[in-house]
Amino acid sequence: MTYQCFLIKYAEIGIKGKNRHVFEDALVRQIKLALKPCEGNFAVHKTYGRIFVECLSAYDFEEVTQALSHVFGIWGICPVAVSDLVEPEELMAKAADFVKEVFPGSKSTFKVHTRRMDKSYPMDSQELNAELGHAILEACPDMSVDVHAPEIMIEVELREKIYFYAETIPGPGGLPVGVGGKAMLLLSGGIDSPVAGYMIAKRGVRLDAVYFNAPPYTSERALQKVIDLAREVAVYTGPICLHNINFTEIQLYIYQKCPHDELTIIMRRYMMRIAELLARKAGCLGLITGESIGQVASQTLTALGVTGEVCTLPVFRPLIGFDKEEIITVSKKIGTFETSILPYEDCCTIFVAKHPVTKPRLDTIVRHEKYLEEKIDEMVERAIETDDMILVDSTGFRHITGEEKN
Amino acid sequence: MREAYLDNSATTRCFPEVAGLMHRISLEEYGNPSSMHHRGVEAEKIIREAAGTLAGILKVPEKTLLFTSCGTESDNIAIIGGALASQRKGKHLITTAIEHPAVLESMRFLEKIGFSVTYLPVDRYGTVSPQDVEDAMRPDTILVSVMHTNNEIGSVQPIAEIGERIKGKNRSALFHVDAVQGFGKAQILPRKMHVDLLSASAHKIHGPKGVGLLYCGEKVRLQNLIFGGGQQGGMRSGTENVPGIAGMAEAAKALYENLDEDREKLFAMREYLAGAVQDIPGIYVNGQPGREGAPHILSLTVPGVRAEVLLHALEEKGVYVSSGSACSTNRPHISDTLTAIGMKREDLDSTIRLSFSVMNTMEDAQQAAYALHELVPFLRQFTRH
Repeated sequence: MTYQCFLIKYAEIGIKGKNRHVFEDALVRQIKLALKPCEGNFAVHKTYGRIFVECLSAYDFEEVTQALSHVFGIWGICPVAVSDLVEPEELMAKAADFVKEVFPGSKSTFKVHTRRMDKSYPMDSQELNAELGHAILEACPDMSVDVHAPEIMIEVELREKIYFYAETIPGPGGLPVGVGGKAMLLLSGGIDSPVAGYMIAKRGVRLDAVYFNAPPYTSERALQKVIDLAREVAVYTGPICLHNINFTEIQLYIYQKCPHDELTIIMRRYMMRIAELLARKAGCLGLITGESIGQVASQTLTALGVTGEVCTLPVFRPLIGFDKEEIITVSKKIGTFETSILPYEDCCTIFVAKHPVTKPRLDTIVRHEKYLEEKIDEMVERAIETDDMILVDSTGFRHITGEEKN
Repeated sequence: MREAYLDNSATTRCFPEVAGLMHRISLEEYGNPSSMHHRGVEAEKIIREAAGTLAGILKVPEKTLLFTSCGTESDNIAIIGGALASQRKGKHLITTAIEHPAVLESMRFLEKIGFSVTYLPVDRYGTVSPQDVEDAMRPDTILVSVMHTNNEIGSVQPIAEIGERIKGKNRSALFHVDAVQGFGKAQILPRKMHVDLLSASAHKIHGPKGVGLLYCGEKVRLQNLIFGGGQQGGMRSGTENVPGIAGMAEAAKALYENLDEDREKLFAMREYLAGAVQDIPGIYVNGQPGREGAPHILSLTVPGVRAEVLLHALEEKGVYVSSGSACSTNRPHISDTLTAIGMKREDLDSTIRLSFSVMNTMEDAQQAAYALHELVPFLRQFTRH
């Protein structure tokens, strides 16, 4: 079967009242973006309160449905066969052919659902349902009609053309990226943070990401791994600006000045501070982390409180109540797991103490951070000034230089 | 920044004349050596000439040489092909604990399909005792594989003596030598050393990547592992890499013309660097003392500093080295060789390898020495607790 068109079904957008067009326009934009790398020409339009992807040339069905199934906001993708508006007799034959071809040898139950926008058509919807059902039964004798709980719903729409569709390929749900503003993801290279980014992006939020690099303690390959993870997330979100921040100097300074069991907490507080500064610069409305309660010493409730205290922007932690296994399941589903488990050290684990504090006290930490007063501000400033910005999308990446940064 | 590439045991830079020759052959002598016509004959001639050059270096007949895609493939064909062809005589093999994964993993595969393997220990310098080899020989021993030069610490094995002991016990047991690190750095004469099978690789000797060599003695029977058009006497099907093979021969010729002089130069750089870092507290050199070992490999243990961190820090100073063996890529794994020489657990992760080539100069060794002096004390301030 060659489908000339895809009908995009969206769920939540439908209930957004007066803002509806904002969501629809965002979805159209995201669909166009997702189809860009695909072979073929497509037109995406909003008509009759829905979105159609019209295929203007030959295309690869798998590639296109795969690309569409990554677009947040899509609930389902229906491949549609389109024919010219014809007289009832020919319509019956076409419908029967369609079902025969799409469900060869099927023994399923079905129901026909007709929508007649063209009220001048000689038969009304009820009559059409009955006649079409009849024609299909004749062509596919093993199928049977069930009007209450059909296994297959055969949709026939009569407009200026006739549209047949019966299958729905599931989309990821959620809201189109961009409608919810932008947030800054702290991307570490582990399993959790890409999943956290995915989950927030699914609610319509565009992502920027920040990675804390610590050469020579972390390798060039660790950065490459983070870029690869960003690319895998970008499949769903569209382009991500990745801020590659050199954290070595700050990390070594903390190591020299502060108690070692508090190293991780203090380090993370500085990461949050830098992330927030970058976020404000980039117009992000919040920070995203992959933290989940109790996973490691720095993720106890006490530690999370002490870490989060430095931020004035909201910190979103979508995995906060997830078990590791649950995170891994999502990570595998979205395709980031394999890259996540490549064995490159990230900067959080380099100097990790044997017994880091699990119940840090805010006042103690703040007091110990005073030991850093002399140089830390200029170091933070330098880290942000030397931000190596990398624009990542699903097809590749490039470093952003000079003028472009602003 | 000035670059001091001291990772020549991982791979070398191509000699310009080798690259030039390959460039010319790729453009001009593009025939398939199996073709009947003139172009084919010309290409075949190039391979014959290359084989002649290499045969001259090894002092073996030209037709005993097989061209493969890499040292690993040569090791695989020699060990697996050799074992399969001899399995009616027995199913026992002997090797050492410090072999390259190309050998060890081939052995492990054979174990899975019913062969048994003895892994010989080495002393603290990384040397195998010929007596141990002899003692391990059994009536059903069909193949012994011992490397010429170890890739991690540069220890050189007494190949000729081991060969003599093997043949003294059992004339028909095959002796394979992985000479990937030794070829181009030492005089290697398989026939004099009682070696039946010998592997070498082009990219370790300033030739191209993608070409390996296997010497296979005239009376040695091997089961071929690659099936196809029957090239190279059916032992290794597949169209020959004409420019690559010519490149390997050209590189080997250049090296062996100056062997003694080059060895002297390599030793001098290695000795300079080993001496120059001696005053860094706690640092020590692995492998054989004096000039017993390979001239080009210097294995240094820097207690209290993680090898990977030191490697990246050196990289920031333009000095390229490797941690453990680069052939095991980026998987943090415990080195078989370092474990086998009895290195302390806490030092296993603090060992780097610096490997020289004739393209290095004394300035490179000096640059590495300065960098180590500067970096080690700095990095030692920051350790895990």
